Amino acid sequence: MRRRLAFELRFQAHPDSRAWNVAWSSSGTLLASCGGDRAVRIWAREGASWQCKCLLEDGHQRTVRKVSWSPCGNYLASVSFDATTCIWRKKEDGFELLTTLEGHENEVKSVAWAPSGSLLATCSRDKSVWVWEVDEEDDYECVSVLNAHTQDVKHVIWHPNGELLASGSYDNSIKLYKEEDDDWVCVSTLEGHESTVWSIAFDKTGERLVSCSDDKTVKIWKAYRPGNEQGVVCSGSDLSWKCVCTLSGFHTRPIYDISWCHMTDAIATACGDDAVRIFEEDPGSDPHQPTFSLTAHIPKAHTQDVNCVAWNPKQAGLLASCSDDGDITIWRYEFED
Amino acid sequence: MAAGARLENANPLIYGRSSERPLTAREQEEEAVDPIDTREIFDLIRSINDPEHPLSLEELNVVEQLRVNVTDHENSVSVAFTPTIPHCSMATLIGLSIKVKLLRSLPARFKVDVHITPGTHASEQAVNKQLADKERVAAALENSHLLEVVNQCLSERL
Repeated sequence: MRRRLAFELRFQAHPDSRAWNVAWSSSGTLLASCGGDRAVRIWAREGASWQCKCLLEDGHQRTVRKVSWSPCGNYLASVSFDATTCIWRKKEDGFELLTTLEGHENEVKSVAWAPSGSLLATCSRDKSVWVWEVDEEDDYECVSVLNAHTQDVKHVIWHPNGELLASGSYDNSIKLYKEEDDDWVCVSTLEGHESTVWSIAFDKTGERLVSCSDDKTVKIWKAYRPGNEQGVVCSGSDLSWKCVCTLSGFHTRPIYDISWCHMTDAIATACGDDAVRIFEEDPGSDPHQPTFSLTAHIPKAHTQDVNCVAWNPKQAGLLASCSDDGDITIWRYEFED
Repeated sequence: MAAGARLENANPLIYGRSSERPLTAREQEEEAVDPIDTREIFDLIRSINDPEHPLSLEELNVVEQLRVNVTDHENSVSVAFTPTIPHCSMATLIGLSIKVKLLRSLPARFKVDVHITPGTHASEQAVNKQLADKERVAAALENSHLLEVVNQCLSERL
């Protein structure tokens, strides 16, 4: 089967500014974007075009770096270089700023909502990862400050179904955390990248993790349980993560984001060389030494660096990307017989 | 830097400035396709003020035309700069000023890489990594104090 990444639509999302991040709501109907203009915008499809439904501009004083939807779709978290996290609540006719979470010393770089909806993670240039607990009264309390990284923390994500947290950093490593005796602790450090880890993503099973880096490579990591047949050493009852594949030679500039589609298993990358690329695992490849092929490559996907790629969680093959050129592009990954 | 503080490099070697580039008839033709070349990039950065001395980066030999690489059709510009001493604490600021000047002056299609001339600074790798991190550069430029210092380096001297 041949594959094709078809261009569907491009629209200006953050005029005269960078578009840093896009995130689909869990139902796949709303797309949130944020950028250097300090604003968050909510987009929805209307007929053949995409319309800005809401402009959220009174929350942050500086660049809004990332946005994340709660699993229920009723809340949106945004993080900014102004060191704060804003929690927005969806109402019938728009969004209201529910609360502003303070505590990080400087730029907050990433935010992610746990699948349960009751935990939120943020990370910052202050080298820390914070875990926040949300109660039923919409009160947010910081339950842990994790100082495992030695540098700027660029990205945080949650495991798709377990309470396992992962972060990538300017210190070139990936760290995994879990809750133990009422506190969060770092349980693994994944080393192998030669420069900043910009982004990480789990596959749908959570058994594999993909990372992208300033070193222009993509790495696939696989979890091994204690007593595994392959003889991968585990400490105690913890999983051991091993790099099973490195994709190098495809990207010519830093890779800023990566998204692993939970419907089609395709991996998309956003690169500083203006390109969007798609990779898929080769049929029949050895799970312990998997091989991946580049199945689509759009060299001039944007006119400047591509900062983010996001697969729609409900519509297979629907991909959104955004760029320093301020635009969002909607793509459709197609399978041709 | 506080007034009266001791200069890190009190007696730098001072180099001559290049002569102005002559304008050719071809360059004055409105329609002519004129790719950006190393001299144009050098002209953009040679007059940047050193943060420490009342001298330009060209006069201190921090920037030289031979350390500028341009490939117009590949949209790539790379500049290596040479701090006057290997422990210069201003290296990141100088690199940031060069980067900002080029980002402000060149068409957005260009990828601008600014790094230290290999082997000329004690923290070469750390400074290069910081200058290459566009998120940190973007955040630095939203810091009003730092932006003011960069703008001073980029201001025209009277």
